[in-house]
Amino acid sequence: MTPLALLLTLSSVVFVLGLFAVLVRRNAILILVGIELMLNAGNLNFIAFWRYGPPDPELTGPIFVLFAIAIAAAEAAVGLAIILMVFRHTRSTDLNKLDSLHG
Amino acid sequence: MVEALHSHLPALLWWVPLLPLIAGGVIAFLPNRWGRFASKLALAALGVSCLISLGALACSLAPVGGKPLVASAVPWFTFGDSSVRVGLLLDPMSAGMGAMVTFVALWIFLFSVGYMDKEVRFGRFFGFLSLFCGAMLMVVYANSLLLLFLAWELVGLASYLLIGFYFEKPAAAAAAQKAFITTRVGDMAFFLGMIWLYRQTGTLLFFDEGRGLLESGALASLAGATTAGGLTVSAAASLLLLAGAMGKSGQVPLHTWLPDAMEGPTPVSALIHAATMVAAGVFLVARTHPLFAQGGETGIALTACAWIGAITALYAALSAMAQSDIKRILAYSTVSQLGFMMVALGTGGVAAAMFHLIAHAFFKALLFLSAGSVIHGCHEEQDIRNMGGLRHAMPKTFLAYAIGMMALSGFPFVFSGFWSKEAILHSAGHWPGGKGPFLLAATAALLTAFYMTRQALLVFFGKPRVPGVSHPHESPTVMIVPLYVLAAGAILLSLIGTPFWPWFEQWLHGETASFHAGALGEEGAIGLLTLSLVLVLVGVGASSVVYRNVSRDSRAPDPLSEKLGPLWRFLERAMGFDALYETILIGPLSVLADAVDALERRVLVPLMGFGESCAKRCGRITDTTDEAGLNDGFDGLCAGLQRRAQSASDTQTGRPQAYLRSIGLGMSVLFVLYLWLRA
Repeated sequence: MTPLALLLTLSSVVFVLGLFAVLVRRNAILILVGIELMLNAGNLNFIAFWRYGPPDPELTGPIFVLFAIAIAAAEAAVGLAIILMVFRHTRSTDLNKLDSLHG
Repeated sequence: MVEALHSHLPALLWWVPLLPLIAGGVIAFLPNRWGRFASKLALAALGVSCLISLGALACSLAPVGGKPLVASAVPWFTFGDSSVRVGLLLDPMSAGMGAMVTFVALWIFLFSVGYMDKEVRFGRFFGFLSLFCGAMLMVVYANSLLLLFLAWELVGLASYLLIGFYFEKPAAAAAAQKAFITTRVGDMAFFLGMIWLYRQTGTLLFFDEGRGLLESGALASLAGATTAGGLTVSAAASLLLLAGAMGKSGQVPLHTWLPDAMEGPTPVSALIHAATMVAAGVFLVARTHPLFAQGGETGIALTACAWIGAITALYAALSAMAQSDIKRILAYSTVSQLGFMMVALGTGGVAAAMFHLIAHAFFKALLFLSAGSVIHGCHEEQDIRNMGGLRHAMPKTFLAYAIGMMALSGFPFVFSGFWSKEAILHSAGHWPGGKGPFLLAATAALLTAFYMTRQALLVFFGKPRVPGVSHPHESPTVMIVPLYVLAAGAILLSLIGTPFWPWFEQWLHGETASFHAGALGEEGAIGLLTLSLVLVLVGVGASSVVYRNVSRDSRAPDPLSEKLGPLWRFLERAMGFDALYETILIGPLSVLADAVDALERRVLVPLMGFGESCAKRCGRITDTTDEAGLNDGFDGLCAGLQRRAQSASDTQTGRPQAYLRSIGLGMSVLFVLYLWLRA
């Protein structure tokens, strides 16, 4: 296998793990962790394609990744703040209990 | 300073009536517990009014040759081409009257602070008083008959509210209604007269640069036109206005409300009976006197005025003799004094009438407030047969009362009442229309001295007759001070109205006053002066002799009642006017009312019941069709919709992961479809 194929496989595995966590986990914090995993799988793809793809002197891939990390950090902060408020309100981080929007 | 005021007068003058009116309006919105504040507000508003009107009086002191100082007219509303204009008028008559009204009312307000002290509706009382004063000042300063009429009705309303202030008492409520309805009879005539004048002249302004109602052009047109029976329009309109004045000023036969108005609080009696309301009628006639005088000195309007006044003066003096309620005696004496003023107006003595009006306002307010002080001190006792010997217990009140009583009786030389009454007798004595009014008025003057002496003897002299009234107390300072101010006015006013220096009369006519030492020698003036003197002395003397040995027992009959017998009882019932009205007016009216009541109960109510049952039956039919037809169909539709909506909303679980799964499933399906279709 080429290094690119190996890296793409790794990132797929990481992405699926993240998706699994988001769909199955009940704890809101772990769901947030899952989202981070999926984001980083994407980042890994960017780097891999930049490193093993056609030569690119303008560093598009790493810059894209830096932006993605910055946005992910902001998003995690907002997400954690929401979870904190929810926890204060309901004394729980179990997402299944937060179903007051049901029809 | 007077010159500086002069240019602002037309604008400032509006504030004189408006300030008390505004204060009254504000107080109407204040809660009861703000009573102290309300009284201060009313006093402040009236105080400022008083200052302005005194300033206006100062401005009008300089003679300007018979023309009014201020005669403003502003458009009020317009219809078509014509507009109705109202304005204020400042001439010596309104300046003197306005200053008197504000000044006397101010002291009455102050007295009320003490007198109404324990009243629950303390603030409301001051609101009514303010409304009353504002309306009255509007009457005084109005330059338009319409504005005057408007304020006139407001005065009537305020007096209704004030007389009925103790509305829990049935007598007070009845008296308030009586006052309102009786004066309404006169007001109707006033209203008709006003409309007639407007039709004939097209204006209701008194002075309007030559086009006003009281100026030569309109007067000539009124005197020129004749109506039914050869009566000129000016005379007919004057008679109608006179009827209005009779209602307000309590002239026979519209006087019956005035003694009953005593049911109101005593300061109200003072305000209504002395300074303001009853004076409004006399003031109206004095104001429109040029109109009355169109028929000549012995024209029908002036003759009617003189005779009605004379009859009223004598009638009320006779009735006052036999009363035993301290305030009722004063009420009848007010009616009598108003009669005097009417006599003066009818015989051409406008100045004499106005002088008597102002002097009377001072000493009658003084008498009523003293009577209030007596009643206050005797624990709400009003029957003079139960009083006695109060001069030891209430020396200050006694002094004030004595001054007022002597001024009213016309004690010679230092009291204003003597000179004003003398002026009236002088005017009546020289009237070319006959000696009747003069003789009646002279008799009334004698009786005045008689009944006032009787009252003073019974209240203040002798020994206390009833133990319950034997612990009277002097009134607080806030009630005594106004008494002395008014007493000073009752004495000092005599300075400006003597025949030697008739300042008031000449001021009113716009001339400069001059000292006139030889006045006694003219036209039998000395004879009249002597006659006045003799009348007073005979009245007082006779009364002193009759009541010298006033019995110690209050239940002993009046010395005169034994001698006069049925005549006394006739006088006691005020010559049966109330009974007469009861028989000829109230009796038939109540029969009519009963008939209408029976009609309603027997015919209209069953008829309405039938209609009601028809309507009910109709309603039942529509109700049934509604239930079965409309409601069930519509409800069924709604229920079906709701069931479907419920099942759709069940898929909304509210759990984010369930949504994510749906999204994931959807994505997978789309992905598979994409691959499949691409292949």
